[in-house]
Amino acid sequence: MQVRTEPRIVRYVLITIALVFFGLFLVLPLVCVFQNALSKGWVVYFDALRHPDALAAMKMTMITALIVVPCNLIFGVAAAWAVSKFDFKGKNLLLSFIDLPLSVSPVIAGLIFILLFGAQGVLGPWLIAHNIRIVFAWPGIILATIFVTVPMVARELIPIMKSQGTEEEEAALTLGASGWKTFWMVSIPNIRWGILYGVILCNARAMGEFGAVSVVSGHIRGLTNTMPLHVEILYNEYQSAAAFAVASILAMLAIVTLIAKSIVEANIRQGQK
Amino acid sequence: MRSFKAFLLLMGVFWGVSVITLALAENKVTLLNVSYDPTRELYQAFNNAFADHWLKEAGTTVVVNQSHGGSGKQARSVIDGLEADVVTLALAYDIDAIAEKTNLLPKGWQARLPHNSAPYTSTIVFLVRKGNPKNIRDWDDLAKSGVSVITPNPKTSGGARWNYLAAWGHALKKWDNDENKAKEFVAAIFKNVPVLDSGARGSTTTFVERKIGDVLIAWENEAYLVLNQLGKGEYEIVMPSLSILAEPSVALVDKNVDRHGTRKVAEAYLEYLYSEEGQEIAARNYYRPRLQAVAEKYAAQFQSVNLITIDEAFGGWQKAQKTHFSDNGTFDQIY
Repeated sequence: MQVRTEPRIVRYVLITIALVFFGLFLVLPLVCVFQNALSKGWVVYFDALRHPDALAAMKMTMITALIVVPCNLIFGVAAAWAVSKFDFKGKNLLLSFIDLPLSVSPVIAGLIFILLFGAQGVLGPWLIAHNIRIVFAWPGIILATIFVTVPMVARELIPIMKSQGTEEEEAALTLGASGWKTFWMVSIPNIRWGILYGVILCNARAMGEFGAVSVVSGHIRGLTNTMPLHVEILYNEYQSAAAFAVASILAMLAIVTLIAKSIVEANIRQGQK
Repeated sequence: MRSFKAFLLLMGVFWGVSVITLALAENKVTLLNVSYDPTRELYQAFNNAFADHWLKEAGTTVVVNQSHGGSGKQARSVIDGLEADVVTLALAYDIDAIAEKTNLLPKGWQARLPHNSAPYTSTIVFLVRKGNPKNIRDWDDLAKSGVSVITPNPKTSGGARWNYLAAWGHALKKWDNDENKAKEFVAAIFKNVPVLDSGARGSTTTFVERKIGDVLIAWENEAYLVLNQLGKGEYEIVMPSLSILAEPSVALVDKNVDRHGTRKVAEAYLEYLYSEEGQEIAARNYYRPRLQAVAEKYAAQFQSVNLITIDEAFGGWQKAQKTHFSDNGTFDQIY
């Protein structure tokens, strides 16, 4: 039984504040996106989505996510496993490095890659001599996105794996399972919902990243534009309806992410009981 | 766990497929035109015309990709390795900067094409809201208190630098070349600026879509675009008593075209800007054409105005840039 000591009025005021805030800052803008997207009708809406530049942007965004998410999945699991199941020198350093992208502004994240791979950068002349393009091409976009999404999977898994401890792995090893087998049959099943949760967050960020990608993309229409960049371009070309049409796809992605996230969260809670 | 392994395998397959698709997509003859902000509509039209022309002329299909942004920012990107075949920027200085900081094109690039490598010109005008409620007629009105002025940041935007120098030129003329008076005057204008966007297009969006400000200092072509395409009857163009002759320059980026093997088509692309059709397209997009025949045809569209030039009034872009827009230049002192 819940015990409530606050007067009713306090509860109502708090609930109202929360709901008004939620409505004003989350629901209303979302509704605006869809309203603007459809302001010129369904024809304009679908034409905007079918435009070759829009399709190219969607392709770029999907490819980015398809490369970034597996990379972070492997890195995240490896890092979380190392940090939570073993003790080693420099562990705290590794933990701080995993957090680094969260504290660095995305613009700086983009500029780092310009300084490193740009024509005036450290590795630039060598790359040009070997005709390898990194910045202002898709590899740069992917690198920048990896940089900003690095913490997503690892941060999710570390607390889960830490709370599970190492007993189950030790039991498996004493019973004669190989390290590899232990990893696949004990460690991974225990964290599979955590992995999924991390992947969802990572994917959402990878598809929606603007700042870092904007710095390294070069904004070439139909080539190095991702969906968020394409939205900005359309908006700047006074094609608001088209801009919001593409934005609505991103918004829908966010909603799907939200639903998937709550399903996975429910499963994590169930697993912990 | 089998499903999880299958999931990983699937990821792997996706990865391979995406890399192959990207590799195939690269296999196309293309030009990259790195341009400044308000030329989006111009080059959209021009690229199509050039593609048709080149198909007839050389029998090959050419796709011109576009990148737009503030002129200074775009030059920076080319310096940092954005592989532009041609640059079409807001002012010569930004192309000078590329020539100076890299060996991508020779320092004497401006003499390679007619008219200082500027196939079209433009000027700076005021865009005000319907009925001109603040009664803005000339530069002096922008310095009055209570007037909100929209202009982009001269550090990143080419258009903004033309705006700044036009205002400065007006003050020089008014106070008989008194540089201190000019500085005070431009400082008073910039006190009235609530938002400094990084490019000309950002400023237009601020003025038109976000409805901030009483007057937008804009490229003539940008002002006409707003007038004719965005808000018919909602805005008015005000021609100041004196403005500046803006020469947006174009150049071939030699090192990049040689690496891409696109020199011939890139040269043809820039030359086509000077052809009758190229000039027509420029005029239709409210850029002042160089070709006499086209200029006469579109004469009614462009008001004649007293224009100062960068060379006469400021001793060229190198000097103007150094005095006004470099670190601790006049802009840093007043803003």
